[in-house]
Amino acid sequence: MLDLSKYQSIGAALKDALDHFADEVCLIEADREREKERLTYRDFKERAHPLAKALQDGGFFAGDRASIIMTNQSKWLISAYAIFLAGGVLVPLDYKLTAEEQWQLLKHSNASLLVTEYPIWRQLSASAGRAVATNVRSVLVTEAPTNTDLSGAQRWEEFRGAAEPVFVPRKRCDTACIVYSSGTGGRPKGCMMTHENYLEQCVALTSIYPFWPGVRYLSILPTNHAIDFMVGFFGPFTCGATVVHLRTLRPEYVREAFPKYKITYVSLVPLVLKNLQKGLQARFDALPAGKRKVFNALVRINKALTKGRPRPGISRRLLKQVHEAFGGELRTIIVGGAFTEPQTLQFFYDLGIPVANGYGLTEAGTAITVNDLKPFRADTVGKPLPGMEVRIVNPAADGVGEVSVRSKTVMAGYLDEPELTAEAIVDGWLMTGDLGRFDDAGHLQLAGRKKNMIVTEEGKNIYPEDIEAVFESLPVKEFCVFAANYIWPKRSMTGEKLVLVLHLEAGHQYGEELRREINARNNRLLNYKRIHGVVLLDEDFPRTASLKIKRNVLAERLAKLDSGAAILPL
Amino acid sequence: MRTLEQTTQEVLDLAAKHFQLPVGTLAPGDDFFKKLGIDSLQTLEMLSRLENHFGIELPDYEVQGVSDFKTLAERIQSRL
Repeated sequence: MLDLSKYQSIGAALKDALDHFADEVCLIEADREREKERLTYRDFKERAHPLAKALQDGGFFAGDRASIIMTNQSKWLISAYAIFLAGGVLVPLDYKLTAEEQWQLLKHSNASLLVTEYPIWRQLSASAGRAVATNVRSVLVTEAPTNTDLSGAQRWEEFRGAAEPVFVPRKRCDTACIVYSSGTGGRPKGCMMTHENYLEQCVALTSIYPFWPGVRYLSILPTNHAIDFMVGFFGPFTCGATVVHLRTLRPEYVREAFPKYKITYVSLVPLVLKNLQKGLQARFDALPAGKRKVFNALVRINKALTKGRPRPGISRRLLKQVHEAFGGELRTIIVGGAFTEPQTLQFFYDLGIPVANGYGLTEAGTAITVNDLKPFRADTVGKPLPGMEVRIVNPAADGVGEVSVRSKTVMAGYLDEPELTAEAIVDGWLMTGDLGRFDDAGHLQLAGRKKNMIVTEEGKNIYPEDIEAVFESLPVKEFCVFAANYIWPKRSMTGEKLVLVLHLEAGHQYGEELRREINARNNRLLNYKRIHGVVLLDEDFPRTASLKIKRNVLAERLAKLDSGAAILPL
Repeated sequence: MRTLEQTTQEVLDLAAKHFQLPVGTLAPGDDFFKKLGIDSLQTLEMLSRLENHFGIELPDYEVQGVSDFKTLAERIQSRL
């Protein structure tokens, strides 16, 4: 691994990595059973440098912002490196957002350049939202069909400069990326992540989960996500490892990729991990009685032998077939984006496949705590990573309070939102809005949220304010969306739901017509953003002088209701 | 060449079969996440089955944001 303490920026570290590991394979890209691409670090450099040069020739300067909206693929990483090399600030956006949402964030980020792929550009260019983001002056589109009108965009493949680009140095304190943690419908929260944030996070994470040449990381989580950007790009690249991209994320192709590419690490969201567990359990249950008995005995032996620490050699021999299905070289599954249930973690550990369970948020530079497997604990999210100071603010008698963090990995602030930044970072401590306590062994246990938001099993952060627009002009006096856990706190991070609180017009009833209307509006939202029930409140909502709803006061009033009876199904 | 109506019907029948529902219980306008109570992963599994049936490749991006059978059938039809 490169000594990252010597570097000032992501671009500088990557530039050296491409030379240092020139002959190692850095990227493999597959589409279904076909391998589309296999690049060494030298090949990667040869693809990226002409792009960086063309950017510079086109007037892209230090500090200019460039957005990438693409599915996971080699061109994502090549484009990102070219942007860093040219001294740019990367704005990675979620390709799963709607075109309107993407334009809104492009406008907010003030990106002058957009790199995207043709199917996404087809939707973006047809969207009315385009008119608002006049800041986007150039668009590069990958894999566009020939003889297609690109609506003012240029072909990525043809956008190449002839000479070598000039490397533009940046300082550690400069913004490297603007990463949106929320805000597609409300106030966008663009986390300004510095070069130092990434360099320090990389050192901390790789001290526990190291990469080296020959390691193969399967990149499934979207690369715009802080986790994949770190462990599916910057981390492996500064260590000479290989990143494997799949263009099709159907479960059968993901399953095939493990043995085919001998995967060492993979990051998953809890939903996918649970799905894997379900599939494996069904296969175990289908074994003939005799074989199942032997298998269960082997699992028990493995469990006993790995009580203190993982012993991959022993586990791979004992439970050979299971490990072979995963390629035989899988060291750890990294799980992130949302809370994972302990029984799922235990299930995999008992099979000899440790799951690196941790806790983090974009604002803190990905991970804050991670399970170091010494020993494995399914009931916690691990200990703070090196360099992380974590404290519990205002703990109750049982030790539970708000988790706060101070570290070189904490963001510089929210873009153009000094007020939000001041609320989030107090005296240098990032207030996470999550509740937790430390146990005697120094492990952090999470215990619900203080903030009004939910995180789905797919790792999506949903803020009620962001989805309220869809319910505008409902025939009610007033309405408000809440995370049910915010009103009725429970010491859990799973099964979180959104509810729509309605104050009906005088004399009106919650009837079938209104229910149908709410359902119709709800269906316009992406499935994971939808509300799960309605709560009726027959009193005026408390409001500020500027008529904004005082959500915390309203939540206190609602808390007096019995949640079981108050939430009406849709 | 199938008509869009035929494609839609075949999509509905296959989805019903895949999720073990009586044929005829699904309608073109149904939201499959809601009607079938499935998550995004189960949707991907259903897509693989549809691909095999229609003999096409449906890139993941084509079904991004699609949640009803009618739109799904249109995306399939455009690739037949």
